Amino acid sequence: MRRIAAMTARWVVLAAGALVWEAWANWRQSPFFPPPSAILAQMYHLWFSGPASHLWLTSAAIGNVLPSLARIGAGLAIAIVVGASFGIAIGRSAVLSDYLDPLLHFGRSLPAVALVTVFIVLFKLGNEMEIAFIAFGAVWPILVNTIDGAKTVDPLQAETARVFRLSVGQRLTRLIMPAALPKFFAGLRLSVSLSLILMVIAELTGSTDGIGYQMNSASQSFNLPVLWAGIVLLGILGYFLNAVVLGVEHYVLAWHRGARRLMN
Amino acid sequence: MLEVTDLTHSYGRGSAAHMAIDGISLKAAQGELVSIVGPSGCGKSTVLRCIAGLQRPARGTITVNGVAVHGTVPDRLAVVFQDYSRSLYPWLSVRDNVALPLLHTEPRRAARREAAQRALAAVGLKDAAHRYPWQLSGGMQQRVAIARAIACDPVLLLMDEPFGSVDAQTREDLEDLVLRLRRDREITILLVTHDIDESVYVGDRVLVLTGAPGRVRADLAVHLPEPRDQIATKELPEFVHLRTETGRLIRGQQASAAH
Repeated sequence: MRRIAAMTARWVVLAAGALVWEAWANWRQSPFFPPPSAILAQMYHLWFSGPASHLWLTSAAIGNVLPSLARIGAGLAIAIVVGASFGIAIGRSAVLSDYLDPLLHFGRSLPAVALVTVFIVLFKLGNEMEIAFIAFGAVWPILVNTIDGAKTVDPLQAETARVFRLSVGQRLTRLIMPAALPKFFAGLRLSVSLSLILMVIAELTGSTDGIGYQMNSASQSFNLPVLWAGIVLLGILGYFLNAVVLGVEHYVLAWHRGARRLMN
Repeated sequence: MLEVTDLTHSYGRGSAAHMAIDGISLKAAQGELVSIVGPSGCGKSTVLRCIAGLQRPARGTITVNGVAVHGTVPDRLAVVFQDYSRSLYPWLSVRDNVALPLLHTEPRRAARREAAQRALAAVGLKDAAHRYPWQLSGGMQQRVAIARAIACDPVLLLMDEPFGSVDAQTREDLEDLVLRLRRDREITILLVTHDIDESVYVGDRVLVLTGAPGRVRADLAVHLPEPRDQIATKELPEFVHLRTETGRLIRGQQASAAH
């Protein structure tokens, strides 16, 4: 009951904010700040008024929202595979981490935005460049956190593995990977929010479809309701992506929460 | 069965070097339980770590059933660590923790789980298989650690102050559990403890070490009737005599009786 109340309270604040905005926009009649009702109507018209056979998605939704999601998915997938595998390798090897440490700090300090041109030169405009760009920008939090997680395997747990003669592979799957998992997820949460930003930037610079592309062309033709529809959609996507990651984390790291709660 | 000769080890180098153990020799026969006691910092744990192959001694030889140990973990050896709550993997269920040492001998998962279940039953934790270590009390966690150690059917079991952080009642239960397992399975056990009563109560022999660097001060044979009983055994004059003797040796005084 308390949880339901807390959840309603959260939505009440959001709804109240929207109402205030609505009243203010109707009063000012500013062309730059359309009321939420107009934005919602625009969103519905733009993306969700399609035929039932397409799950009510319009061709604009299929043509712009799905490619954006696919890019995020592909970019994140690469970032996870590369970040987790290299993270564990670097974290478990003192030699590797000594040699690569400066390079890693240099790489993760680079604002990915500044490298857009480099990616365009490397991959030409198109999906490959956009996915590579998202992957490059999103890999750092996962990589750095996984390195940290793999490094800090409890020495006693490592000795336990030695005493019970676990093979290298068994140590990897039963000790190092689970031990690094909480840190990996901390990195993943950052990477997921980053990937949304990176996706928009990639699509603003050189794309022929996607949410960012649609927003870019809307702003060039001063079609502000469409621009606002894109902004709100990005907010909703960010919320859902984060919720998905938190849900997976909640399930996968149940042991970690339980163990920590008892220690405190 | 176990033979340790002239075991010497120091930590650090040069003038900062700290000699932990100096020329320790000991033997344990098949199925024998040897308690190792000594003042804190006498290198009790170092002895176990060297036998377990976790540490290469600076000097000395260790053989288990005739096979030399030198920085490699000997076959059919198991260890119960002092810090049991950290040595269990919190991401594995109790059953999978116990099945861990079977990974390198038993490729079939079902067989591993069965063996883990049997080991859990032997320590009285049949019903905890699907729980997680952090859901159990300290005493139960230590039972899981013992189940894990016996799951791979070891011939040599090393226990490093295994009952240091459980309450007195649980401690007595666990001591009796170890005695029962030893009797049923003919395991050779080396048990490091700082508790004098415990060393005499569970031991067939008590090895008393001196303070740092650790050397063998005395090797006392314990002739107490079997099976031992927490109340009756501890009332016996022999028990009282032995624990007094051990205490005196630890404090560095001369033994009152000739040994």
